[in-house]
Amino acid sequence: MTTYFNEMFDAGKVRAPYARLEDWTKAMPAELREMKQAEAEALFRRIGITFAVYGEGGDPDRLIPFDMFPRVFTALEWARLERGIKQRAKALNAFLVDVYGRGEIVRAGRIPGRLVYQNAAFEKAVVGFIPPKGVYSHIVGIDLVRTGPDDFFVLEDNCRTPSGVSYMLENREIMMRMFPDLFRENRIEPVDSYPEKLRRTLASVAPAKCHHEPTVVILTPGHFNSAYYEHSFLADLMGVELVEGQDLFVEGEFVWMRTTEGPKRVDVIYRRIDDAYIDPLCFRPDSMLGIPGLMDVYRSGGVSICSAPGAGVADDKAVYTYVPDMIRFYLGEEPILKNVPTWQCAKGDDCKYVLEHLGELVVKEVHGSGGYGMLVGPKSTKEQIEAFRARVVADPSNYIAQPTLALSTTPTFVDEGIAPRHVDLRPYCLVGERVELVPGGLTRVALKEGSLVVNSSQGGGVKDTWVLAE
Amino acid sequence: MLLTVDHVTRYRYDRPVRGLVQSHRLTPASNDGQKVLEWNVTVSDGIPGGTFRDGAGDCLKGWTVPGPVSEVSVTVTGRVETRDMAGVLRGHREWTPPDCYLQDTLPTRVDAALVEIAETVRGFADALDAAHRLSALVGQAIAYTPGATQSQTTASEAMTQKQGVCQDHAHALLAAARHAGLPGRYVSGYLLADAEGAAHDAAHAWAEIWVQGLGWVGFDAANACCPDDRYIRLGSGLDAQDAAPIRGTTRGPGVEHLDVVVAVQAVQQ
Repeated sequence: MTTYFNEMFDAGKVRAPYARLEDWTKAMPAELREMKQAEAEALFRRIGITFAVYGEGGDPDRLIPFDMFPRVFTALEWARLERGIKQRAKALNAFLVDVYGRGEIVRAGRIPGRLVYQNAAFEKAVVGFIPPKGVYSHIVGIDLVRTGPDDFFVLEDNCRTPSGVSYMLENREIMMRMFPDLFRENRIEPVDSYPEKLRRTLASVAPAKCHHEPTVVILTPGHFNSAYYEHSFLADLMGVELVEGQDLFVEGEFVWMRTTEGPKRVDVIYRRIDDAYIDPLCFRPDSMLGIPGLMDVYRSGGVSICSAPGAGVADDKAVYTYVPDMIRFYLGEEPILKNVPTWQCAKGDDCKYVLEHLGELVVKEVHGSGGYGMLVGPKSTKEQIEAFRARVVADPSNYIAQPTLALSTTPTFVDEGIAPRHVDLRPYCLVGERVELVPGGLTRVALKEGSLVVNSSQGGGVKDTWVLAE
Repeated sequence: MLLTVDHVTRYRYDRPVRGLVQSHRLTPASNDGQKVLEWNVTVSDGIPGGTFRDGAGDCLKGWTVPGPVSEVSVTVTGRVETRDMAGVLRGHREWTPPDCYLQDTLPTRVDAALVEIAETVRGFADALDAAHRLSALVGQAIAYTPGATQSQTTASEAMTQKQGVCQDHAHALLAAARHAGLPGRYVSGYLLADAEGAAHDAAHAWAEIWVQGLGWVGFDAANACCPDDRYIRLGSGLDAQDAAPIRGTTRGPGVEHLDVVVAVQAVQQ
């Protein structure tokens, strides 16, 4: 029987960061709670935040359930997380600069060249080009889980365009509106500086040819995209234009935006479109979403693209295994946050071990996401395990396996009252001239009893995430 | 040898388009086998964009032509002094690791016939021997037949119809080489037609295969040889599209008529 770390109750006692929340829940009768829950839902519907978190699939118009019970970190816990996250974000960027440059880490034999250079996310087109300030991934979303008071593991890194940050901001906004007293009683670090910090980060990586206050835009694939709400929300809060490919064009050495006052030069593009679609003259020729000629302007220093094309090679599931080595190699430091031990079924010995221990492991497709195509051994029937075995045997290199982590729980409002539910955390680290992150992130919660899958497509919800001031 | 190039690409549209955007890989880089003495690219009414060398050492440049416009010409003139390097690319400044060229693309995917060719070099200790063998077999499998294939034809389709042009030979050779574990890339460039006036286009393409210890070595399966001083190398990529001297698109609809004239001549010294 696995025991799970409960972030509020430890050995029957309430842990310090949650002390005031206990009084809060005690003072809240069921009717009030139901009323508040309905109010929260109405608020979310009114602002129209109904999108799926990146790559999760599922119905984009479905409202992700919001749980009012906050998740809380102490200043001390956060300080360590912050150092670990920044360390990882720096190493991932150093890795990207390296593999598109001299490839020292490959030459040194610390990571197989095959994993990097034959990776579908490796963009040959940007080899030798160093983006402004040496930053490829300007917003690094790092998915973390906790298994004990001091035990945090990184599940995966998101170096391209991690979404969900609008939930972090909206969750806080709604909690403050509904429970102003809570924010007077607890000293909670604010997160509302995120949009300004993001804008500053983007402006700090303006291209070499920009000699004025940079013009920043957000490039969206359009309103049919599941994260469109987030794109327009961030543009609004940053005070920058939200544009689609057709709103921008290349002329001469620069990219221009069509405006009612005539063309305006664009210096930094925060794109929420995949590499493959951003320029039909460099990548997929059939793309209608991108800007023809953009990559030539980018590579000759006329515009910055965030995240930089090619950043995806750092967040590949197979490359993930090597992030601790990257931290040692580039920073000369020991990793503060742990990786989950990973078996790669592509390797014979690993595969043998995995097949012998299917009942204990979580097995995932290398390129899968959203909690689909995975096996959670301990939660599966014999038939499910055997069916999955056949899939792994048929195509071993398509699978990796990890131990089933005992994800921590936090109290969550459920039909029966309050019950522990498993959670994860995605903080958003900003990398530009400075490396910074706001104290908080997106906490996802598995609302189904016993479920370890927090993805919204699999019945997950979200919570406000608090970091207490010292 | 001293070669001159005159290359004009003329685009005509049945009705004016709102503009044109192009990305050019249309200027050769100097290396031990070719010294660029003079090179000019002009685009009628064009606005030049940024210029840079990419990781593969190719010279790239963007161009835009504001509309409305119904006719655009891209004119290339140049003089290059070439040397026979027996196909070996030397003195070419680049950063891209050869392993990047093991990835296949749609036109360079193997089929059973190409796998069979690739298998003939299994166990070859010397990559150079293997590459020569593959090039020879691909040259035999596809007869040079202008007009038999189009720009979208894949290696596998060319193998099936046993006919094609230099682009098909290069794609097929790349597919086989990569399957055999040899990094390969598509090269676009110019070729001086031989004295007998063989019909091969002066706008030519071939393949380069990575040979450990030697570097990139060119193989022209269509002509059953390695590039020599009759060749001018423009740029490379994973396949014809990736290595195209001109990639472009128009703003607004319009039916395009393309007219290309290329002349490569040897200058008596």
